[in-house]
This record gives sequence, structure tokens and C-alpha cells, in this order.
Amino acid sequence: MTSLNTQSEPVLLEMRSITKEFPGVKALSDVNLVVKAGEIHAICGENGAGKSTLMKVLSGVYPYGSYNGDIVYQNEVQQFKDIRASEHAGIVIIHQELALIPELSITENIFLGNEPVKRGVIDWAEARTRSRELLARVGLREDPDTPIKEIGVGKQQLVEIAKALNKSVKLLILDEPTAALNESDSQHLLDLILGLKGRGITSIIISHKLNEIEQIADSITIIRDGKSIETLNVKADGVDEDRIIKGMVGRTLESRFPDHEPKIGEVLFEVKGWTVGHPQVQDRLVCKGSNFFVRRGEIVGFAGLMGAGRTELARSVFGRSYGRFISGQIYKNGKELHLKNVKQAIDAGLGYVTEDRKSLGLNLLDDIKTTTVSAALKKITKGLVVDANKEFTVAEQYRKSLRTKTPSVEEGVAKLSGGNQQKVVLAKWMFTDPDLLILDEPTRGIDVGAKYEIYGIIQQLANQGKGVIVISSELPELLGLSDRIYTIFEGSITGVLDKDDASQESLMKLMTSARKTA
Amino acid sequence: MNALKKLFGGNTRQFGMIFALVALIIFFQFATQGRTLTPGNVINLFNGNSYILILAIGMVLVIIAGHIDLSVGSVAAFVGVTVALAIRDWGIPWYAGILLGLALGALIGAWQGFWTAYVGIPAFIVTLAGMLLFRGFNQFVGKSNTIPVPSDFQYIGSGYLPEVGPNTGFNNLTLLLGLLAVAFVVFSELRSRRTAKALGAEVPEGWVVATKLILVCGAILYATYLFATGRPGTSFPIPGLILAVLVLIYGFIASKTVVGRHIYAVGGNRHAAELSGVQSKKVNFLVMMNMAILAGLAGMIFVGRSTASGPFDGVGWELDAIAAVFIGGAAVTGGVGTVIGSIVGGLVMAVLNNGLQLLGVGADLTQIIKGLVLLIAVAFDVYNKSQGKRSIIGMLTQGFNRPSGGTPLQPDEVTSTKETISREA
Repeated sequence: MTSLNTQSEPVLLEMRSITKEFPGVKALSDVNLVVKAGEIHAICGENGAGKSTLMKVLSGVYPYGSYNGDIVYQNEVQQFKDIRASEHAGIVIIHQELALIPELSITENIFLGNEPVKRGVIDWAEARTRSRELLARVGLREDPDTPIKEIGVGKQQLVEIAKALNKSVKLLILDEPTAALNESDSQHLLDLILGLKGRGITSIIISHKLNEIEQIADSITIIRDGKSIETLNVKADGVDEDRIIKGMVGRTLESRFPDHEPKIGEVLFEVKGWTVGHPQVQDRLVCKGSNFFVRRGEIVGFAGLMGAGRTELARSVFGRSYGRFISGQIYKNGKELHLKNVKQAIDAGLGYVTEDRKSLGLNLLDDIKTTTVSAALKKITKGLVVDANKEFTVAEQYRKSLRTKTPSVEEGVAKLSGGNQQKVVLAKWMFTDPDLLILDEPTRGIDVGAKYEIYGIIQQLANQGKGVIVISSELPELLGLSDRIYTIFEGSITGVLDKDDASQESLMKLMTSARKTA
Repeated sequence: MNALKKLFGGNTRQFGMIFALVALIIFFQFATQGRTLTPGNVINLFNGNSYILILAIGMVLVIIAGHIDLSVGSVAAFVGVTVALAIRDWGIPWYAGILLGLALGALIGAWQGFWTAYVGIPAFIVTLAGMLLFRGFNQFVGKSNTIPVPSDFQYIGSGYLPEVGPNTGFNNLTLLLGLLAVAFVVFSELRSRRTAKALGAEVPEGWVVATKLILVCGAILYATYLFATGRPGTSFPIPGLILAVLVLIYGFIASKTVVGRHIYAVGGNRHAAELSGVQSKKVNFLVMMNMAILAGLAGMIFVGRSTASGPFDGVGWELDAIAAVFIGGAAVTGGVGTVIGSIVGGLVMAVLNNGLQLLGVGADLTQIIKGLVLLIAVAFDVYNKSQGKRSIIGMLTQGFNRPSGGTPLQPDEVTSTKETISREA
């Protein structure tokens, strides 16, 4: 099944001049995609380039007839009328947001909609046996009766793949499969995809993490503005990240981080002995006596694996919005602060840009101007009445200065791309004029061009003498942006490195080991 | 046509409802051979529905915040009977009775707000319990008897603006009220246009504003004429006046104040609101408390209108109020809805009720029709959202849309919020 020479492999899928129009907008125009049997094919492009739309055409979400062009799969022109039809042909798509039901067990999820039936009754014994086999194939050691909600996101991703395998998948489409995973889970998943390739399963992978693509993909098709730009053969063409970025943005990015001369002042903010308990589990600590400080004009990075307690630390400092406070002090400009709720934290000059933009950071029903002023309504109210004119002026000001791409500040935030949504969230916190701004995964799910702009905004804030904390799972981002980096492991701060001393290796070492000396 | 949509502040859903209301009124006007738009009938319509519309004002805030209140009918009845008893047995004056009623409403609201906001029990359960509790209290306190109220208390439920000044053949105060309303509408429209222009925001063309003003003012003046020319002794009803004042106050609170913003924020995304410094428990407490105060007021108005409090007052009111809110464009999931939309929704139901009655349609058929109207109105909303279209009007006028306007940024994303969430990030 495996082959050493991918060039000679037969073509499994060919999408020929696919054009998909929505009223007024051409989402895809004349896109071509050729996927060879047994390869891992990556699709790269900025947000809004049309990757997801293309995959929806392929999987039948947009049925035959709603687009122009041909899908040739296994040498036949296909006319999928819905997802079931494409699944029947062996094309399975795994979305970024997992489609698992938290209350049901692993087995129940794997066989959902596909239950083995004996005389009209579900044969659970059979299902359990088969799900054990499937779990073994994806390398997941869990009891098949475990409810989905009790296993982590990384393992849930594996269950999704097991579910796909159960449908005798030939072409597996993964949309941002590692976006929510930590490094080791990501690596496990990538190895699994490689393993599936060994067993003849072709994969299409969409990812913003270019290093992963470079690592596992055989071919890369780049899509820009709804057009397929080029297809690169990773091994033959000697593709690296810069080459991919060049294709995605249509120009070479000189540097992935804007130039920045830090102007660091005295200590602005300091946390001592910060200890916080888990909100539900009585004896579990999520922060164990953490000490850290931030100086004026300094960008401080927080590195840690997912679940290490980075977000928990940030949120508990931000007005105790997470966990049970146990002990610790917060000092700003040398004065102790007692922040018991978010309102007090904001009033004391703290800001927190949440990790999960959609579920924690934004009200997706709101428009841009309402969102922009929502954390600092006080600044535009007379008495209790919101001054609509000021609101508009403020939002307009930030739209211009952050270069948010939108026809108007009265547009709903749900309609913006990820990068522009993040700019609106940043505007919201910039308008509160915080002295210390905590940014939790500020560039997650954002394309390269917008990332560059957001880095620029972060540096500007530091230049204004504010303290900035950046929490990120992407080490290159932390290394490029921060002046100093703390590492966190299992709720404890395990080290702090200056920018010049830090490397991915030294950080990773501290992120994965308990502190040696107290 | 885009411009026409702007007539109603760009809120096409509301525009659709107003359009439906007008169409309904015109239909019944013809079907009943002119018996719909007579002074007597219009006054009746307002008198008979003002308490439901008052409940709808409170209910829309509760629903925007993401809750529901099933107890309003029982609360109204309990407050009504308590006030009636206090006036009869303790001999307190009518105004003290009203104050007592509002205070009792606030107390009940605090009770339900406590369980909902601070203990975290879903409002559905809390108010389902409240529905039983306060119905029981009503019958316990009133011993399931009918308790009459004195005539000065009846004024709030069945009174009219008095006759003052020279005899013009109209009710002078009603005329004055109508003219004030017209002046207010013209003034506020022109002012908001001027400031928007100064800020460089998009403003509708001059003729659009003119048409809008002519239509709205025409409607107000016509209504004024109807109210002012009723049979002697009648004019603009007091419950209608209370309603109008409440609509103004609550419309303002919902759209222009910090509290209003916070209610929408909590209903739209509670976590995001909390992390922006909104104290969501307080907001939830306040909307539940406010609802019970308005329920108390509605109960007193009803007692005033029916001259006595009874054991079965307010049965089924919660459902009428909730229906009005949803017809008026609110979302079950919270975060969406307007005060004025709910009033329009309530009026659609009221006109339907009234028109069918005038046509001699039985109560059985009336209920069937009302049920279908609710279902279809919300179904239209859901369907249009899933299609990325805006409203029935938007659909009818699709061909007329100018190519430059109305094109969504990324049509791919103009679906439901949930889909947007799963697609992005």
C-alpha cells in the first residue's frame, strides 16, 4: 500500500475549476485541487481565503448544483447531495469544533448514527468490541465506556478519528486538528495521521501551524482570495515556512515580528504567593504560590503546556474570575490591591483579553461599536445614559488606528474574520486604558498577516509604558515578542528567562519539569 | 427599497412586524365593514390589552437576559387581591394601595430574583414554582372570593383623560397629548439625523426621513382623532397613558442606558459580559424583580378595570406576554429583542383577537388562529436567519435592492451565530 515515490501514485481526488458564488461574492473562483492516493495534502491560506468553503463543497455541505466545476473522486465524477453521500463514498471531514456529545460514552459517540443492530436492537457488545479495536488503532488507551466529557480535547480528537475509521474512511479531511491541542497531543495526532497514511488513508489537512505542515505534508495547495495559487511538492521543492507564507500572502514577509526597541521602566505590577484552588475539586490547586512581576513597557511571556495553569493564573489575578482564592498579594506601583471582582480589577487598571474569543471574549450578537465600549461604558456615559455619539466616535477611532477591515462600525462582530474580531477585542480593552494588559493566546486562529499587525499593536502598548503579559502556546511567538518569559508547569512557575537566554529547547525543558529549587 | 428599510431604523424585523400589524388592521377594517377603526373599538382594544402589553415590557427584558417568567399571571392576581383587601379592610386610600402593590411586587420579584440570580436555579423552574405559589396565595388570602375595589381605584383601570378647557368637540387633553407626541417624534428624528451627519455616519436621504415622519405622524394624529372623538366621557384611557409612559421609559432604559446594555450583554454571552466587568447576578436579579413589579402594576390595572379582584385573575397572562415578546422578534436564547417590538407583537395579537371577535369568530377558532400566527411569525424569523435573509419584506423586495447596498461582507458567514462559531477561530 505504501509507496516510496508519491509521484507515481494514482490520483484519488481531483477538484476541477470549482467556482462557488454567494449573492454578491465569489467565494471560490476556478479552484483546482489534485490529491494523490496515499498522500497527506495540506491546504494553506489566510482566514477567509476559501479553504473551509472548498472543503464544504467536497463533503457535500454545499450540494451538487450549488457550485460550478467537477469533483472527480476515484475516477468518477461525483454528485454529492449531502454529507451522508460523501461519507458513503469514504470522505470524512473532522471539523475543528468536535462533533462529539459530551454526555455519551466513547463507544456511543463512535457509533452514533451508525449503530450495529441485531434484530432491531443495538448490539452494544459488538459495538464495544469494535470500539476497543478502533481505539487501539488510534492509540487511545481509555475504557470505551468513559463519557466523552471526562477525557481531554486531545483524546477527543482521537475519538473523532476512530469514528471516521469506523466509517471505512478513504479520504480524511482534518480542519485545524491541532488548534486546541498542546504540543505533545499535537505530536501524537500528527504521528497518527502519518500512521494512517502508512495504511493507505489519504488525508487533507487544513492548519495555520506551518511547522506541522512542513513536518507531515507531502503536497501543499495554497489558496488565496478564493483562487488556487499553486501546489507545492514538499520534498521536491524544498518547501519551508517562509515559502508557504510567501504563497499565502502573495509577498515575502521580511520578518514575522515588527521591530521593537523595548523601553523598560520600574516594576509596575507584582504578584506574590498566589495560590488558588480548583473551582469544583476541593483539594486541587491550580496555582501554587506563584510569584511574578511586570515592569513598565515590558512584554512578559507566559509559557506552559495546555492545562499547566496559565489561564487559571491570569483569570484568578483578574478579579478572581476563576477558581477559589486562597492566598496571595497583588501590588501595583508598590501598593497592595484587593481585587474581589472583575469590575474592581478593571477599575484598578487591569485588562484581560480572553483565550477563547467566541465563547468568553465576545457577544456575537453585538455590533462593533457596542463591543468596543462594553468594558468601559463609564467613559461614555452621562449619568446612566450611554452617549451614542461618543460611542460611534470612539469605535470609529479604533477602527482606523487598528485598521479593522469592516464596512462600518455598525457591522455585527460575528461577520468579521478572526483577525478582525481580535482587533475589536483589543480595541475594547485599549479603550479601558489599562496599565497592565493580559493577553491570553492573542493570535490563536488568526492568519499570518493579521498576526503581524497584532504584534505591532502589542508593542505599541508596551511603548506607551503599559505592562503587557502574553500567554501563548506558540513558543516562536513568545520568543519573538517577549522581553522576559516565565514558564509554568502544573500550576507552579518553574523559571524565568530573559529574551536573550531563552530558546525553544530551554523553555520546553522548564515547561515540562517541576521546579528543582524552591 | 433599502432606503425604505431604513425608515424604521434599519431594523427590518421590526419593520416586518409593523407592516404586518398595519396590514392586519386594514384587513379587519374592510372585513368588519369599518367597525375596527371606530373610537369605541380602539379605546376598548387598549383598555382590554394594556395589562398584557405592560407585562410584555417586563417580559422582553427577562427574555433578553436569557430567562423566562411563568409566574406573572399569578403574581398579578396575588398583588391585585392583596391591594383590594387592604383598601377594603384596612381602609387605606387608593394611592397607598398602589404603592403597597408595587412594594409587594418588588418583594416577590426579590424572592424570585434571589433564587434565579444568586442560587442559580433556572428561571423557568423558579417561576413555575412561583406560578403555583402565588396563585395559591391569591386564593388563600382572598379565600377564593371576589373583592370589590372603590371607584377611585377603578380609575387606573378604566378611567379616561378628563375634559378641560373650551369645548372644541374633541377631548382637549388627548389632542394635546397627540400633538406633543408628534412634536417629540419630529424633534428627536431631526436631532439624531443632525448628530449622525456631524459624526460622518451614514444618514438616510432627506425624502426617506420625510416619508417616515409623515407616516408616523399621520398614524399618531389619526389615533389621536379616534381617541378624542369617542362617545362623551371617554377619551384616551388611563391604562393606555400608563402604558405609553412605560414604553418610553423602558425603551430608553433598554437602548440607551448602562443597565440596558448590561441586560443585552448578559443575555448575549454571560461569560464575556462577566469578564468585561458586568455583574451578571445583579442584572439577573434586577430583571426578575422588575418583572414582578410590572406584574403587580398589571394586576392592579386589571382589578381597577374589572372593579373587583377575583381568584382567577391573570390566568394565562404569562403565555400572552411571552407570545407578544416572541412575535416581536426576541430570541429564545437571549440577547435579542426590543421593547417596541414586543409592544407591536402584543398589538398584533390584540388586533387579531379583537377583529375575530367583531367578525363573530368563536373562541375555539380564535385560539387556533392565534397559535398558528405565533408559530408562523417565529418560523419566518428562523427560516430567514438560516437563509441569511432578513425579513419577509427583504424577500419581497429582493429584486429592487441596489447592487451597492445590502451585500453582506462574507455571505458565507451570514448564518446563525452558532454556525459562525463552528466555522471560525
